[in-house]
Amino acid sequence: MVIYGVALLAGCMMLGLATGDVLGHLLGIEANLGGVGIAMLLLIFATGYLKARGKLPEATVSGIKFWNAMYIPIVVAMAASQNVAAALSGGAVALLAGVLAVVLGLAMVPVFAGKPSRERAERGASSSGASHARAQPARAAHR
Amino acid sequence: MLQSLYDLVDKYHLVAAFAVIGLTMYLAYWISERFTRGKLHGSAIAIMLGLALAYAGGKITGGADGLADITLFSGLGLMGGGMLRDLAIIATAYGVRFDEVREAGVRGVMALFAGVVVSFVAGGLVAVGFGYTDPVAITTIGAGAVTYIVGPVTGATLGASSEVIALSIAAGLVKSILTMIATPLAARWIGLDNPRSAMIFGGMIGTTSGVAAGLAATDARLVPYGAMTATFYTGLGILLAPTVLFLVVRGLV
Repeated sequence: MVIYGVALLAGCMMLGLATGDVLGHLLGIEANLGGVGIAMLLLIFATGYLKARGKLPEATVSGIKFWNAMYIPIVVAMAASQNVAAALSGGAVALLAGVLAVVLGLAMVPVFAGKPSRERAERGASSSGASHARAQPARAAHR
Repeated sequence: MLQSLYDLVDKYHLVAAFAVIGLTMYLAYWISERFTRGKLHGSAIAIMLGLALAYAGGKITGGADGLADITLFSGLGLMGGGMLRDLAIIATAYGVRFDEVREAGVRGVMALFAGVVVSFVAGGLVAVGFGYTDPVAITTIGAGAVTYIVGPVTGATLGASSEVIALSIAAGLVKSILTMIATPLAARWIGLDNPRSAMIFGGMIGTTSGVAAGLAATDARLVPYGAMTATFYTGLGILLAPTVLFLVVRGLV
């Protein structure tokens, strides 16, 4: 049943958020530390376990896939309810601080990723590229 | 007649939001296809449309929730709020191979710490450049450049003025919104096209809504990887900014 999938997703979320809360408390901060990330790992393990035992029928999966597919529309709704006006009225200090943080953060991605990204981008432009193929298994596993 | 339609939309706000977002998506994909021949993702255009509408909504109502502050569109607040957003983010993890997460795990954690520090330093330097000398103010603005949640939490802990706290929130909002727009444009240059770089990206930038939307606009397959590291970012920022990072700032100023 579809609800089994939705319930599995919801259960992972609540368990992950609860764990994140406990982690935050242990470290003495008023915040949830990685609850969503923990929930994601729980979902990966739970569905992997069930699938290996043949206990994950298509109907159950579709309960998870629905929310997966709703992700982009939800993000668009999120964008539409951001406080853009406040961001733009914060003045030069806020604007520069935010811009500099993004620029430096983006620039550091290839540094940590290791391989020079320029070479990869060129290869990606000519053919589908090795790096593109790396993203494929995640997709293939969806089936 | 018009009034009853208005009441109906207000009463069934979430359902109305589904319809509004569906229309927005259709329009965005049409623009993408027609004017950019698919070069700029429909989802990227949809997010930019959303941000533009949010700006208009904020200007009209003076509220904090963009278009959702207009009664007719209040369902957007629920649809795009933290609860459903997190549920959908978690759902994207379905089908992810754990090996890929583990492979990039160490670099992702390194990127997390580096990301918090880099953003903090960026914000702090700008504050110093604008003539702030009080370590509490510098730390709070630096924390705001981490995320718009870390800023006010740090400011409240250290006892910053409400002006400085407002500034730190604005800095974090600029970061989040710019991430949504700049990520699809910068993706090629920074090699953001595989799970590993997505996890590092999530750790470096960290602001959850920015990362979530930025990756959605770039390649939806990368979302779970970036989101997984980004989810630790705000907590780590709240842990580091008012403690270690504040002590460093106080030592330097």
